Amino acid sequence: MTTTDIPRALAEGPSPARLGALTDALAARAEADDLLDVAVRTVESPVGELLLAATPVGLVRVAFAAEGHDAVLDDLARRVSPRVLRAPARLDRVARELDEYFDGHRTHFDVALDRRLSSGFRLAVLTHLSDVPYGRTESYAEVAAALDNPKAVRAVGSACATNPIPVVVPCHRVLRSDGSLGGYLGGLEAKTTLLRLEGAAA
Amino acid sequence: MSTTDAALPPFTEIVARHGATVWRVCRAVVGADAADDAWSETFLAALRAYPDLPPTTNLEAWLVTVAHRRAVDVVRRERRTVPAGTDPSDLAAPARHDAPDPAVRAADTEVWTRVAALPERQRLALAYHHLGGLTYVEVAALVGGTSDAVRRAAADGLATLRRTYGSEEIA
Repeated sequence: MTTTDIPRALAEGPSPARLGALTDALAARAEADDLLDVAVRTVESPVGELLLAATPVGLVRVAFAAEGHDAVLDDLARRVSPRVLRAPARLDRVARELDEYFDGHRTHFDVALDRRLSSGFRLAVLTHLSDVPYGRTESYAEVAAALDNPKAVRAVGSACATNPIPVVVPCHRVLRSDGSLGGYLGGLEAKTTLLRLEGAAA
Repeated sequence: MSTTDAALPPFTEIVARHGATVWRVCRAVVGADAADDAWSETFLAALRAYPDLPPTTNLEAWLVTVAHRRAVDVVRRERRTVPAGTDPSDLAAPARHDAPDPAVRAADTEVWTRVAALPERQRLALAYHHLGGLTYVEVAALVGGTSDAVRRAAADGLATLRRTYGSEEIA
């Protein structure tokens, strides 16, 4: 852009506050016009900054900082819709419930989920996980058995490792049969933090 | 929806990357009072069309063309509310509210008055080329005429602004 030789008044941009207000207003209008395919916001938590994303159907993605939030946004643009906008309003309820959960005041999430990023056996695993209660754990083998597929222990592991909606869909409640942690896409430290919060692990 | 690497970036990134440029273009074309409105109309229209865009599109140039069409709409709408007898001869009547320094404000008021007084083609050429980064050929495709004519219009417009505003500013 050639801005070096034009009067400063023309080259001057809007203040960050003004641009922020315009961007917020755009998100509100997009929502009203059914153009907000994916609303996103971030929240602070004891397991680091979380990116939340919701479609009009429900919560579609929760992402840890370790996953790289920019990469997650790119992935949402590709797999769901490029109409991705920062729009806190749609995610207010999820954010509030997460706060309550991390404060120890909530044991169950009561928000609509959009499970379109999962399919097949992985979807069955993740759907089952929503029935594992707060403060309890199951082993990968127990989950496989519960789904009438006792040999699919590794597949249960990979379903957990690719859970698009961690924390809210509690893949952290699945451990190895010997009680060791297994893996976690938010890192083992995050898994330990969540299990301790729920009083489920040392 | 593309599954290749050449995918459209999330729209939020487009707003963050090009929002300020689009706003500068809008302000130069429709004036400070209507700039926010033109900006919002531009990005809403862009959001509507976005998923069907080829991933190789030059997004900033595309946004400037969308801004041009929205600006024309915004000005038409404002004209409908202009009292009979006033002269809605072309786009815009730039005004300015938010300059902090009184000395700067005086100079800026002057330049915005000059911008408003420019012939429409000069103002559009200046806005789309110098602020929006379109080539003269792209501006010509948008507003009509030849790229040479657009180049002259942009240069003439800039010269007019500099004559009254430039000496202390550019030195």
